[in-house]
Amino acid sequence: MAVSSLFGASIRRREDPRLITGQATYTDDLRLPGMVYASIVRSPHAHARITRIDAAAARRHPGVVAVFTGRDLEGKINPIPTAWLIPNSDLKTPPHPALAVDRVRYAGDGVAVVVADGPYTARDAAALVRVDYEQLPAIVNQEKAVEAGAPQLHEEAPKNVAFTWKLAGGDAKAAFAEAERSGVVVRQRFVNQRLIPNAMETRGVVAKYTSGSGELTVWYTTQNPHIARFLMSVVTGIPEHKVRVVAPEVGGGFGSKIPFYADEAIVAFCAKATGRPVKWTEDRRENYLATIHGRDHITDLEIAARRDGTLLALRGKTWANLGAYLSTAAPGVPTILHGLILTGCYTIPNIDYEVQGVFTNTTPVDAYRGAGRPEATYLIERMVDLVAARVGLDPADVRRKNFIKAEQFPHTTAEGLSYDSGNYGPALDKALELIEYTRLRDVQKQGPKDNRYLGLGLSTYVEICGLGPSAVAGAVGFQGGLWESATVRLHPTGKATVYTGTSPHGQGEETTFAQIVADQLGLPIEDIEVVHGDTGAISMGWGTYGSRSTVVGGAAIAVASQRVRDKAAKIAAHMLEAAESDLTFERGRFSVRGTPDRSKTIQEVTLQAYLAWSLPAGVEPSLEASAFYDPTNFTFPFGTHAVAVKVDADTGQVELRRYVAVDDCGRVINPLIVDGQVHGGIVQGIAQALHEGAAYDADGQLLTGSMSDYAVPRARMFPRFVTGRTETPSPHNPIGVKGVGETGTIASTPAVVNAVMDALKSFGVTHIDMPLTPERIWAAIHKQSDKKAEVKAR
Amino acid sequence: MKRAISVTVNGTKYSNEVEPRLLLVHYIRDTLGLTGTHVGCDTSNCGACTIMMNGRAVKACTLLAVQADTAQLQTVEGLATNGDLHPIQQGFWEEHGLQCGFCTPGMMMAALELLRRHPDPSEAQIREGLEGNLCRCTGYQHIVNAIQNAAGKLRGAPVR
Repeated sequence: MAVSSLFGASIRRREDPRLITGQATYTDDLRLPGMVYASIVRSPHAHARITRIDAAAARRHPGVVAVFTGRDLEGKINPIPTAWLIPNSDLKTPPHPALAVDRVRYAGDGVAVVVADGPYTARDAAALVRVDYEQLPAIVNQEKAVEAGAPQLHEEAPKNVAFTWKLAGGDAKAAFAEAERSGVVVRQRFVNQRLIPNAMETRGVVAKYTSGSGELTVWYTTQNPHIARFLMSVVTGIPEHKVRVVAPEVGGGFGSKIPFYADEAIVAFCAKATGRPVKWTEDRRENYLATIHGRDHITDLEIAARRDGTLLALRGKTWANLGAYLSTAAPGVPTILHGLILTGCYTIPNIDYEVQGVFTNTTPVDAYRGAGRPEATYLIERMVDLVAARVGLDPADVRRKNFIKAEQFPHTTAEGLSYDSGNYGPALDKALELIEYTRLRDVQKQGPKDNRYLGLGLSTYVEICGLGPSAVAGAVGFQGGLWESATVRLHPTGKATVYTGTSPHGQGEETTFAQIVADQLGLPIEDIEVVHGDTGAISMGWGTYGSRSTVVGGAAIAVASQRVRDKAAKIAAHMLEAAESDLTFERGRFSVRGTPDRSKTIQEVTLQAYLAWSLPAGVEPSLEASAFYDPTNFTFPFGTHAVAVKVDADTGQVELRRYVAVDDCGRVINPLIVDGQVHGGIVQGIAQALHEGAAYDADGQLLTGSMSDYAVPRARMFPRFVTGRTETPSPHNPIGVKGVGETGTIASTPAVVNAVMDALKSFGVTHIDMPLTPERIWAAIHKQSDKKAEVKAR
Repeated sequence: MKRAISVTVNGTKYSNEVEPRLLLVHYIRDTLGLTGTHVGCDTSNCGACTIMMNGRAVKACTLLAVQADTAQLQTVEGLATNGDLHPIQQGFWEEHGLQCGFCTPGMMMAALELLRRHPDPSEAQIREGLEGNLCRCTGYQHIVNAIQNAAGKLRGAPVR
């Protein structure tokens, strides 16, 4: 398939020159004639009744164009919908007004918007909007929120339960009975703490409404402009063909720019109501309060195993905190994207699992890098280590023993997924070799040095990527398709423009997609332009998330390129007066087999396709093709991450000594870009293990509400990562790729926690909830030491 | 109310009347239209707004425009000369030192300061020197490589 040297080459990114010279245009860089600025007044309380809003002083403030409250929007802006209606779950979808009318449900809930002639003026006037609140008791913990007597958020959701979702496969009851009789059962509670995505660019919107044509144009920090257009249309009532959404340069997303937020609809409303283009740029404080958070699970889990380490069954329940309202994909993240991958890369034939989605007076929770899969991987990978410790085997051996074997693929799991391909053993072996596992185990046996304890941790993961087959999306209640579009258009001069429905924002697909096209059509890469992120230019697309862009969007581009090549071959055959079957195509040149001097370049063919002076019968002019590629299955990247840590027992400080990542993401288009994705993911995942965590007080105030309070990781916290790869192409993907955007985040968290727990085993510490701060580690060591001392004293 | 200031940015002199409370970063972005310098936080943590002021790296969100009166400023737009990329820009490009690019202008200006202090920095010095700059995409490793690459170029060492 790959004939040129471009597929698989670490070429420099084509998007970089504009980014490193300050010429890129992000949403906040836009300035339109007559533009005014919005500032959103947000509730300082987590739960309160609004008794009165007095905007008179704000309206009088010089420079103010308009002030709108929730009442002003009533009937004009529809509630913000959720787009993932998970089936068989009794899902409740209470209304989410764009601006609160009589009640606020989290600190950060919008109550009014001020539009003024400058950003500073807008903020000045926002401070003048007087809102009287009658505070109500708040609830932030999801487990307590479902208890009797807890404060209630929505009438439509009794006991704050948004849904109860169940998953069962095999016979977990029988497996646990067997393990209770003759094997082992390990039980553990896990907290997957709430994280704050922290894309370096906050959200922003510029909205312009032209009343003469009825058209709304929105420049918007989104990962999925077509979904944004659809939802903007639903919420504002402006018909979809009159809405254009443009994602300019987008400064990172990590899932936080998937949802359609109330703020976007508010700004669009302001543009229509005032007749002026309106810009709104979230500040970082607002970003912490009003942009989605991720994770936030509490899980009680038990695993059944035989004494030889054979895993038999998983059983448990998760309380997933959804925050105050259902964000766009929120119901699907802790269920479909989480539960379906719980047994990981192991043959565990029995599962019985329940997830309760719970409303609380906190910022809404939705997809954050990995979205459900990091939570699942953390559970199973921690459990495997706990089983290994219980039965007295090395964690690497327990993993190897339970792996789905290479010859078992395609493999149907207890959860009902069909893993397309895999070969887990070699990735584990390679990681063990790279980290020198055997040698480090020997070093570990020599005991601590200077009270610093060596620990080794593994995580052998598999993830669901390449979202996904549209039929499956429909079956699991996602209110959209998950196919992807591509158009490959050659121009008369032989240059090409490629249109993709994905919306890359840092992942480098302007480069990797051009590599695919260059590979397929033999064009010089500098002759290919990749266009994305504009509903006015691209027919349809589902955007960038779930490690789908290269897998689904890249496949669409490959298919469209093949169609272009097929048409070009017909024209070339006509030009060369040869049969199409006698042609070869190599490095951009059609040649007649056996007479290589009779040939035409793709550029020559393209010109003739446009001139159309002499085309073969039945062939239309021009040279372009589109593809709407709908995958037949997900892809399942896998790998092993291995970590060596040293834990200082005096201080509880963790030092990352060595980090090895062996990932199998199928065929690699650009190794440099893949390494970049892996590195970034690892850092986010390690940060969950060791540093990050959102904290609320009991009244629902976000205590970690700024970058001064929330531990966004810094360069000095990390060693140099060693990356390795194995390559097991996806059998159903046209270019054999599987996705790599989330692997690092999914794999690294449990690997690090396992390493720290391994270091602490001599203290009898078996589990500490994340983040593993020095304080928590120190306390755990001392709690165990105190217990031992107590026992001795008796 | 407004105060007159004169500032030289990337070799061009600008004179404007500004509100005393106007942040330097907003002056650069909104008044001068140099939008390569970004705002990533409200608390001087992220470093996306890092620029050079009188030859030293500063966070432009932490200064008022009036404090820059008479100063010489350099922003990302002033890194390349006559269309030739600065070695730091080359390093970031060659080593894949950026993904979404939002932190990159500030990161490169911080690198400029770092290499001024340590022309041949160790990896630890680079990581320490980036303490004031956050990147959420790259995991920093390729940024470290980029700065090592740039250091080599600036010292005239053979490019690896």
